[in-house]
Order: sequence, then C-alpha cells, then structure tokens
Amino acid sequence: MLKEITLGQFFPGSSPLHKTDPRAKIILTLIYIVGIFTAKNVFAFLFVILFTLFLVAISKIPLKIILKGMKPIIYVIAFTAVINIFWTKGETPLFEFGIIRVYPEGLKFAGLMIIRIIALLAGTGVVLTYTTSPIALTDGLERLLAPLKKLKMPVHEFSMMMTIALRFIPTLIEETDKIMSAQKARGADFSQGSLINRAKALIPVMIPLFVSAFRRADDLAVAMECRCYRGDIGRTRMTELHMKPLDWLMVLVFMIFIAGIILLNIFAPGFSI
Amino acid sequence: MNDNTTPYITLRNVNFSYELEEGVKLSALKNINLDIYKGEFVAVLGHNGSGKSTLAKLLNMILTPDSGTIIVDGKDITSKDMTEDDVFDVRRHVGMVFQNPDNQLVATIVEEDIAFGCENLGIPPKEIRQRVDDALKTVGMTEFARHEPHQLSGGQKQRIAIAGIIAMLPDTIIFDESTAMLDPAGRDEVMKTISSLNRDRGITVLHITHNMSEAIEADRVIVINDGEVYMDGTPAEVFSQVEKLKSVGLDVPQVTELIWRLKKLGCPVSADALSPEAAAEALLPLLKV
Ligand SMILES: Nc1ncnc2c1ncn2[C@@H]1O[C@H](COP(=O)(O)OP(=O)(O)O)[C@@H](O)[C@H]1O
Ligand SMILES: [Mg+2]
Repeated sequence: MLKEITLGQFFPGSSPLHKTDPRAKIILTLIYIVGIFTAKNVFAFLFVILFTLFLVAISKIPLKIILKGMKPIIYVIAFTAVINIFWTKGETPLFEFGIIRVYPEGLKFAGLMIIRIIALLAGTGVVLTYTTSPIALTDGLERLLAPLKKLKMPVHEFSMMMTIALRFIPTLIEETDKIMSAQKARGADFSQGSLINRAKALIPVMIPLFVSAFRRADDLAVAMECRCYRGDIGRTRMTELHMKPLDWLMVLVFMIFIAGIILLNIFAPGFSI
Repeated sequence: MNDNTTPYITLRNVNFSYELEEGVKLSALKNINLDIYKGEFVAVLGHNGSGKSTLAKLLNMILTPDSGTIIVDGKDITSKDMTEDDVFDVRRHVGMVFQNPDNQLVATIVEEDIAFGCENLGIPPKEIRQRVDDALKTVGMTEFARHEPHQLSGGQKQRIAIAGIIAMLPDTIIFDESTAMLDPAGRDEVMKTISSLNRDRGITVLHITHNMSEAIEADRVIVINDGEVYMDGTPAEVFSQVEKLKSVGLDVPQVTELIWRLKKLGCPVSADALSPEAAAEALLPLLKV
C-alpha cells in the first residue's frame, strides 16, 4: 500500500529535457522564473505561455501528470486569486456587494497571477522536477555549489545527507509497511476512530521504526568508514558532468526566451499590463 | 590454499574491551594470537556476543586494541606512527561486508554505490568506471548496473555490497555474517561468489558464520568463545571434537552429528563425516552387514 508512493515527481523518460545536464537545468529553471516575472505586456505574456507549452511538448510529460501535480496547490491558486480580486483597487468598480468592491483591475490581476503560477509550475516541473531524478538533482546541486566549499559551506555533506535520505526512504517505507502489518495482526486499527486514536495507533509503529533507523544509521556509518569514506577529502567521482552539445542548445533556447521577453517588453509598450 | 609461509595477518596478545560507561569496561577479546595466511579461506564460528565482530573490526582499524600487536601485510597497524593515510590503506586492503545488505549500500544506483569506495580513495574517473564494470561482472550483476538497490533481492544486494569492496582491490575480505539474513537461494549466490573470489582471485576470506555447511567449505575453522580463540584447525579437525563444540553451545554439521550419535550408540562407524557424501560412504558398510 505504501509502496506506491513515488519519490518526488520524477517521471522517467528520454526526452531532450531528461537528457540535459542537471546543472544546466537548475540554472535554466532560474532563468525561466525570472523570465515569467519580467514579462510586462500582452505579447511578452503570450510568449511566456507559448514557451511553456513548447517546454511541456518537448518534455513528453503527459499533460495529465502535470495537471495532477498542480492539484495540491489548487487552493493556493484560488486563495491568491481571491485576494487579488478583492484587494486590488481600481477606478470604477465592476460591481459592489456591501463592502466588497470588485474592480476590473482586480480580475485582470487575478487572471495574470493564475497564469503566472500555472506557467511557473508547469515550466519548472518539466525543466526540473519531472525530468530530473532526485539523485541527479542533488548531484547537480553539489557540483554547482562546489565553489562555496571554499567558504567552508558544507556542500558535500549536505549532498551526502540527501543521497542517503533518498537511498533509505524506500527501505524505511517498506519497513513501515511491515511494522504496520505486524501491528494490524495484533489488532491495531489505523483506519478507524478519532484522529487522536488513529495518531495513537501510530505510536507503536513509529517507535520501532525510529529504533531501527538509528541502528541502520549506525551500521551505515561503520560500513562507510570501511569503504574509506572521510568526507570530501581527496574524493573523486566516477561520473563527471560535461556540457554536451544538447546542453548548450538548451542554454541557447533559454537565452532566446529571455531575449524575446526583453525585446517584447521594450518594443510593444502600448499593451502593457 | 596457503602457499605462503609468512602470515598475511598476525595478531599477538591482542586485548580489547568496550567502555560501557566511565570506568566500566567489558572485555570483548582476551589475549588473541592468530596467524592468517594469504589466500586462506577461514570460517569463524562462535555464539552471539563471543567477540567475532569485534575481532573483524580490529583488523581494518575500525577499532584499535587496548594492547597487543596486529600486523597486516607486514605493517604493524597498532604502531603509533600510523598516519590517517595508512589507516585508509589498511581499509582498502582489508574489506568488510556486513550482515544487513540494506545498511551498507550508500548510493541510490547500483553502479554508483560500487564506485563509492573508489571515489573515496581518489581514483581517477576512468579507472573507477573500469573497476566498477569489472566488479559488476565478477559478482554477475552487470545487467543491474542502473537499478536501484531497493529493487533487488537480499542476495543481489549483498553481491552489490561485495562488488563495492572488490572494486577497491582488497587482498582480504571479511564477511561478518553476510549470509545470515538471506534466504537459501541468496545464501547460495553469495557463498558461490565468496568461494570464487577466494579460488580465482586468491583473495583471503574471513567468513564469520553460524551456518555449519558454510563452515565446512573453508580451509580452516576458528572458533571464538568468550573472547578467546577456543579452537583452530581444519574443518575435519574442529568438527571431529563434537563434545568440545557442544560444551560451548555450538552445533556441528548435521551429518557429523548423525555419525557422532551413531558412534555413541555403539555403531561401528569408521570415519568422521563433514559432507552428506562422506557420511553416505561411511554408513554404506553398515547397511551391507
Ligand atoms: N559497541 C559496543 N559497545 C559495548 N559493547 C559492545 C559493543 N559491541 C559489542 N559489544 C559487546 O562485546 C561483546 C562481543 O560482541 P561482538 O564482537 O559483536 O560479538 P559477535 O559478533 O561474536 O556476536 C558482546 O558482549 C557485546 O555485547
Ligand atoms: Mg557479530
């Protein structure tokens, strides 16, 4: 039952976005976010939407998956929209309802905000979270942030922690499943009763899980020592990341995206929003 | 298998105790003297808490003895001028595989886990790649290179753990109950891998186990009891002393037990037997009477 939980949102595939260097994708995601928020007029905005659709298309991630990924934050989107609708003041209200006044500006703002958030989620999703495995992401982040090691930032340690966490999540989920079955066999009931009772039923699951997690941590520490681990000192990597032609092509595409937005912002000022 | 006359690992008067709390010590190993030769396949037996794991951890400097000398490959690893690099050199030469396959894999992808030790040693990327591919082939897991550890069976995970050690090119591998958590099929896979490492690569093996049928595959059996070397000899020598083993709560292989009981009942069985085949041969004359 718990086994179906997938880690993060990674959706394996072999699209160009899947194959792009994780370091490049992290940077490109940042560029994309900046792009979304610098679009200042209708044309730039349309360009953002088109570009996002283009990214979704080349990622080959099914639209269904992307929409499903947005479900949890539908409330955030709705909330932001409501705030924007009721709090934005304009000149002539569209309609009044007691103290509530809705202005056309508010509606426009809310609409734009919704489009921005959806584009942001879809775009960063297909560039990064859907097309990059968590481990590649961790790895890319470590390598990107490597210069910070000189400032004594624990970049390697952080990445090691992430790696180990990712490695052990499936193991611990499996174990939770086992312990829950064992407790169920003893009559524990996790699906009925008040919230408090259900939470109480989880205590006999959590305790053995924690005990075992600490034992695992202990074992792993010794095993790592046996394999000559001593932090980042003198450590090499089997896989080195090199920027391939595809990576540079992606960089170029995003450069065009940013340049397009800037140009549209400048040359189509009449339609500013 | 031991064609060398100088021991590869030597322990002289080694004592070790754990400090449970301030001033309270638990003596785990007492006055251990052992010589292990290059290429030997040694099985280490002993009941739980007898000090087997402690002994293993002394050999690759996870623990340091209170007193006594340990020599590995001609180098005194208990000497005071061991540098940190020397310690890592010892760990490279004496690899260790543990009981729980889940708790010794670090990376989320099989081949990256195998590379972990080599990466720590600072080996150039191209060579790591080569060694990882070799190690995968040696344990017969090449097609699983890009799998995630949690997709594998216990025996397969344990073979990956072994591959991670082999990639560091050790001379000796200590298996600390590495077969204990596996099902019979996994146990078989791992035992095959271990014996082929010993036979084909000349890797010295210390195999800590509770399984007697595994112990009889060894060249030599060492029995540890209460932190002391209790018996040391070939499987035939050790398992022929059934009473001595039983007095410390250890079992003997089933067939050995059978022959021993028959003898005790006064049956004229001639030989001691370790394998079912040998037992059959020993019992055959009885049937013909
Ligand atoms: N980390 C530790 N701290 C304290 N005592 C320990 C520790 N590890 C083992 N011991 C004790 O040392 C003795 C030997 O343990 P160990 O070497 O693990 O035995 P074996 O592997 O043969 O089961 C046991 O009595 C055990 O309780
Ligand atoms: Mg042990």
